[in-house]
Amino acid sequence: MNLDPELLARLQFAFTIMFHYIFPPFSIGLGLLIVIYESLYVFKKKAIYEKIARFWVKIFAANFAVGVATGIVMEFEFGTNWSTYSRYVGDVFGSPLAAEGIFAFFLESGFLSILLFGWHRVSKGMHLFSTFMVFIGSTMSAFWIVVANSWQQTPAAFEIVTNNGASRAVITDFWGMVFNPSALVRFEHVVVGAFIQGAFLVLSISAYYILKNKYEDFAKSSFRIALIVMTLASFLQLFLGDLSAKIVAEHQPAKFAALEGLYETRSNAPLYAFGWVDEKNEKTTGLAIPGMLSFLTHGDFNATVNGLDKIPVDERPPVNRTFQVYHIMITLGFFFIGLSVFSLIMLGMKKLYTTKWLMKVYVGAVILPVIANQCGWMTAEFGRQPWVVWGLLKTSDGISKTVTAPEILTSLILFFIVYVLLFFVWIYVLDKEIKHGPEHFEDLPYAGYARRGDRADTIEGNV
Amino acid sequence: MDYNVIWYVIVGILLIGFAILDGFDLGVGILHLFTKTDHDRRIMLNSIGPVWDGNEVWLITAGGALFAAFPEIYATAFSGFYLAFMLLLIALIFRAVSIEFRSKEKNPRWRKTWDFCFFFGSVTASILFGVAIGNAVIGLHIESDMEYHGTFLNLLNPYALLCGFFNMVMFALHGAVFLNIKTEGKLQRQVKSWIKTIYPIFVILFIAVTGITLSIKPEMIANFSYGHFEYKEPSHQLIADYQSVISSVAWLVVFLNVLSVLNIPRAIHKNKEMFAFISSSCTIAALISLFALGIFPNLLISNVEPEYSLNIYNGSSSQKTLKTMFEIAIWGMPFVLAYTSIIYWTYRGKTVLNEHSY
Repeated sequence: MNLDPELLARLQFAFTIMFHYIFPPFSIGLGLLIVIYESLYVFKKKAIYEKIARFWVKIFAANFAVGVATGIVMEFEFGTNWSTYSRYVGDVFGSPLAAEGIFAFFLESGFLSILLFGWHRVSKGMHLFSTFMVFIGSTMSAFWIVVANSWQQTPAAFEIVTNNGASRAVITDFWGMVFNPSALVRFEHVVVGAFIQGAFLVLSISAYYILKNKYEDFAKSSFRIALIVMTLASFLQLFLGDLSAKIVAEHQPAKFAALEGLYETRSNAPLYAFGWVDEKNEKTTGLAIPGMLSFLTHGDFNATVNGLDKIPVDERPPVNRTFQVYHIMITLGFFFIGLSVFSLIMLGMKKLYTTKWLMKVYVGAVILPVIANQCGWMTAEFGRQPWVVWGLLKTSDGISKTVTAPEILTSLILFFIVYVLLFFVWIYVLDKEIKHGPEHFEDLPYAGYARRGDRADTIEGNV
Repeated sequence: MDYNVIWYVIVGILLIGFAILDGFDLGVGILHLFTKTDHDRRIMLNSIGPVWDGNEVWLITAGGALFAAFPEIYATAFSGFYLAFMLLLIALIFRAVSIEFRSKEKNPRWRKTWDFCFFFGSVTASILFGVAIGNAVIGLHIESDMEYHGTFLNLLNPYALLCGFFNMVMFALHGAVFLNIKTEGKLQRQVKSWIKTIYPIFVILFIAVTGITLSIKPEMIANFSYGHFEYKEPSHQLIADYQSVISSVAWLVVFLNVLSVLNIPRAIHKNKEMFAFISSSCTIAALISLFALGIFPNLLISNVEPEYSLNIYNGSSSQKTLKTMFEIAIWGMPFVLAYTSIIYWTYRGKTVLNEHSY
């Protein structure tokens, strides 16, 4: 058997990051909703929102734990599997990772403990502040990691220095690196995608309760606010996605051409609703709107859009794969907009919660934003190939030289087993929490918050 | 002092922060199987519950800082010790999720499984940390291409394994000293009896590791010798210039180290719980400082040829990055210390169980 270390290293990175990327968007999106629910409790003093906030914190905790546990893997893998890459760009790429540690991880892990266990220990205001800090921390974490990835997509503010025959990228301007051409738009795109994913988790579980006629006040209040967040985020995402595509067109022409399977540089370029790319014959077939791609890219139906014919064959990304994941993402984006508008109309007509089929759609729909976000990530990463740093370093040149294929295969199998196990345990725990439902805090012997300075030690209960 | 030295110190501080903070929760993980009742195990788990995640961030940030400041060293170590790091990752994953998932089900088999995972993760991570330091001391098969050419089994040599075992015992002791603060009554008496058992083992290993290190790697003491002792390679310019200051600091650390080790049983005996914990923390800080002073200015020593060693100059980022990152660290660290203090202050006192507990 002849194993290819590059293929295995790529498979391992893809597998571990895709698995990891299930969880942080839930943390960010659910974090935002918990901030909203708890604010409503603290400022509007509506008791129902305490129940809501506390329930979603429990769901949040299980999700966060898996996210943190699988996140460390990513930081290590740059060194273990991509050490040549790390040597070459460490001067630039290492700093956003270090900044993520200092500015984001400490913040979220610190205040997380108050969010999870602090209900008795701190005041209401302090607890809300901690919830907010956890949300800010996880969002900042996304910021730094998207910055690092964006630098790979649109490298900026560096120069190549050769020393003793070895060349490497050296930073020239830190903030120029951070705010590289695609960083901000991609960060917003990712975070809003996370809002949608988090909102759908709440919508799904709430819809399940509504269908079962359980905890109805709780479920409807949760649902309504998540629906508003989902609607706003879906519309915002339309705008941000378009902006993101324009930046790809400007900075990564090969990726942009692959997104639409455009082989021939032409005016009046079509935009596909769906299709299939025959890479052998360099032909794309499907349902297309003529001229739309030219219009969206340059604001003119007759503008010329660069095709893959401008790109050397060995520098082209895998076209059909990139095309498909990109179109799945967009289709889902439009579906979210349609679903939210329809649901809002039904809410206005007071039919939303009684329309069973719609509630059933919501129960299952939680998987859709996960797919959309995964496809978005795949679009970015497939589209960048064969480069690991766009135009600078090929993926094949970035792998570790001393790590052998059997070693990578061993770790890949290990991760596969561990992650499959983790996934089922996570689902099991989530299912248990959902079946258990929200707590009745009024029935507990020491419900509510302790006064500032009170010690929980004095109120030990028999739990 | 240049930025390379400053970053050597910062990475050192992050590692000390990790070893002191994550050290005690790893220690709790090693010890918790020795209590039998679910209630006691929950007390032990919940005493680290609010802080273990933040403690582990010190390790993650140390990794990030190493990547940013010394990318060559990050790349050589992480790719060279591939299987060791994969094992560490699996251990840390199991640790993280077992704390969270254990409490979700009352079934004893469910709980025992996660208890074992937590134990396995804690023991493995503690031993690997010591093994890494042991290998950094005796040197590695690094060739002129800056790559590690040994195998995973080379890393598991007797000396490194001894260091790994020593580190595990040290973390277990540290964890017990921490639990002594957080527990009361019968459980606390049990914790104290653990300290009485572990402490002598720790002292014997401490002496053994020191003795063996000095006999097989006498150059570890070169930076302590006021210039009297030179071994193979000439000492670094910085050490030559500040020889007496560095040696004096080194001996001060040795003195404080001995003092803090001796103070642990004294403080325990006098029921000064916090003082014992501070002593135990100082012991860990001193040991890592001695290690860092011993190998300075190297980070990864080559046992093939001294000049192949990766040090703070041939393994570092550009001055621009070191300077920018230093500014970021200066901005960030006060915040980090503030959150850490707030959390530890919020969760001061003895651990009790309530409906939010694990």
